[in-house]
Amino acid sequence: MFKNPVINRILSALFTLWLISVISFIVIQLPPGDVVSNFVRQQELISGASVPPETLEFLRQRFGFGEPVYVQYLKWIAGFPKGDFGFSVIYDGAEVADIVARRIGMTLLLAILALFLSWGLAIPLGIYAATHKNRFSDYLMSNVALFGLSIPDFLMAVVYLFIAIFVMGSDYTGGLFSEAYVDAAWSVERFWDFLKHLAVPLLILSIGGMAGTFRIMRANLLDVLGQQFVETARAKGLRERVVIYKHAARIAINPLISRLGMQLPVLLNGTIIISIVLDLPTLGPPFYRALIAQDMYLAGTVLMLLAVILLIGNLIADLLLAWSDPRVRDG
Amino acid sequence: MTDTVSNTPATAAPAAEAPLAEHNYQLLSVRQLMWRKFLANRLAVLSALVLILLYLATIFAGFVAPYGPQNGKSRLSYAPPTPIQFCDDAGCSLRPFVHPVKAERSPVTFLLEFVADEEVREYIYFFERGDSYKVLGLVTSDLHLFGLRSDDARIALLGHDQRGRDLFSRIVYGGQVSLTVGLIGVLIMVMLGAVIGALSGYYGGWFDNFVQRFIETLRVFPEIPLWMALSAAIPPLWPPEWVYAGIVVVLAFLGWTGLAREVRGLTLSLKKRDFVMAAEASGASTGWIMRKHLIPNMLSHIIVTATLAVPVTILGESALSFLGIGVRPPMISWGLLLSDAFKVQVIALYPWMLFPAAFIFITVLAFNFLGDGLRDMVDPFS
Repeated sequence: MFKNPVINRILSALFTLWLISVISFIVIQLPPGDVVSNFVRQQELISGASVPPETLEFLRQRFGFGEPVYVQYLKWIAGFPKGDFGFSVIYDGAEVADIVARRIGMTLLLAILALFLSWGLAIPLGIYAATHKNRFSDYLMSNVALFGLSIPDFLMAVVYLFIAIFVMGSDYTGGLFSEAYVDAAWSVERFWDFLKHLAVPLLILSIGGMAGTFRIMRANLLDVLGQQFVETARAKGLRERVVIYKHAARIAINPLISRLGMQLPVLLNGTIIISIVLDLPTLGPPFYRALIAQDMYLAGTVLMLLAVILLIGNLIADLLLAWSDPRVRDG
Repeated sequence: MTDTVSNTPATAAPAAEAPLAEHNYQLLSVRQLMWRKFLANRLAVLSALVLILLYLATIFAGFVAPYGPQNGKSRLSYAPPTPIQFCDDAGCSLRPFVHPVKAERSPVTFLLEFVADEEVREYIYFFERGDSYKVLGLVTSDLHLFGLRSDDARIALLGHDQRGRDLFSRIVYGGQVSLTVGLIGVLIMVMLGAVIGALSGYYGGWFDNFVQRFIETLRVFPEIPLWMALSAAIPPLWPPEWVYAGIVVVLAFLGWTGLAREVRGLTLSLKKRDFVMAAEASGASTGWIMRKHLIPNMLSHIIVTATLAVPVTILGESALSFLGIGVRPPMISWGLLLSDAFKVQVIALYPWMLFPAAFIFITVLAFNFLGDGLRDMVDPFS
């Protein structure tokens, strides 16, 4: 459309953003009945008290119930600039934005830590496997990686719980803190306890991400090692270590960076599922509970937010690729 | 080319065959090369066999499973597996048998515990009559692969669930959902993805642009949360068959995008090739070019992608059912069976409830190995 690739990229990202909000709104509209009546029912069930009519009238006005769907959509997105994404039924009518804000940090922390951990393990292993091609160790690692790909995250979480209960005999039931530290102030002990609890979901997450990265790194490096510039480097008399790490691996990592955009969703998926199973304070459990209770503004907003995070992740991956690969930057 | 060269040198004179045998490899047809390449990948062949077995067991679930899926005895709630034995203290027998479980009060804790009744041997008979079932909804039968003759004792290879139902039977029946969801879902995905991808690559222009943006947006959503959101919207009052269809559609709705992209890319490169241009120049219609030139050339890639999409779909269904927003009872799926296991006390006390996980794992692994093998096969010259 436009000559400038940057403007083009931004325009298409804006269009995607709009589509994301439309799809999230469709998800909000999918279940039968409207959110306000659901809220009234829920409130009567919990406290027996009925919602005051003024509040009801206000909510109906605010979200345009009874009006055409597109008006409802416009009223919903009109609140975005003010940080108003709707209200939550299961959290007693609290602002969706508040609930999300409290948990988004931990969600991102888990996903990003898992990303670093999986890369930190997968890249060296991939290099090792590629430089030892068709040896027993390569064969072993490649097949173990395929195993890793085949274990779904929720199964890993279940199996972990199984091991934790059986082998360690621990009273671990989930969460990120032992009972004693849940409400305590931050201290060295609490932090240590936190780390211990964090290790498990982190490991589960990284194993899933690792398998794919490992396989790609191995295949890439094998491709690169067959190219002429590697031969040239060897012919120049460079040490094998320099050839592999400075010449070959440097090029082989590039496709991984463009894969970053595909890996982040996998890790976010995993984070959500594991959080539901292990009850971690991320966006997973509220999203799940909201879906079950048809608390659609909360569910829809979380969904939209996850998509936006991934969109930003893709943008960052593109920028990183341009930074690391001059051919992309100038071409 | 293939009929001029024999693959079996033994039929010709050995001396004359010897120099030819060295070049035999190059004289094989592409199809033969592919087949050889596939057979060379032992894991892929093994996986294909495992999958064929699993699907056969699914088609003849009623025959393979010793009991009906809902047939339970409440006194056998969470009773452990009964291992198949050939020998015990009383000696050996050629006919395998099991020791039925009986409930006994533990002398220490006074709790009811299940122990194997060493006194009683229940022999396993093959092709026994039992619960009646239907094969593919057509033929009614009550013949089972194996079973006990006693009415009271029960054989449970993988233990019992909470309501005293045989877990093995339930897993076999659960495969009817878990294994078919992947196939049917992927079939829908392939049709959607291939058609949309080919059209979008062939026509280009605004249509291509719109489709690509739409696909990009769908892919930006994290899969599992969007699956969860869509399947949570399936009305709870729908009959189980509808829910099943709904789940398949939900899973396929997100899966076609990857295939559409791949097909689009292939179309873009194919439509510049001489044979397609020649067909265009001689006035072939778009539909003809698609059917006769584009689709056949992309078929192998589509098959590989589809094979690798099956495990993703199976895992999706398991995760949804595990979380309680997939298929609902009385339907059975492996994910649903696993959700029964997921309570801390259950895992600790009745670990055999995790067996459905093993079936999910084996199936997914087999599909991944098979996809890997097929990918090598598609490119037989490498």
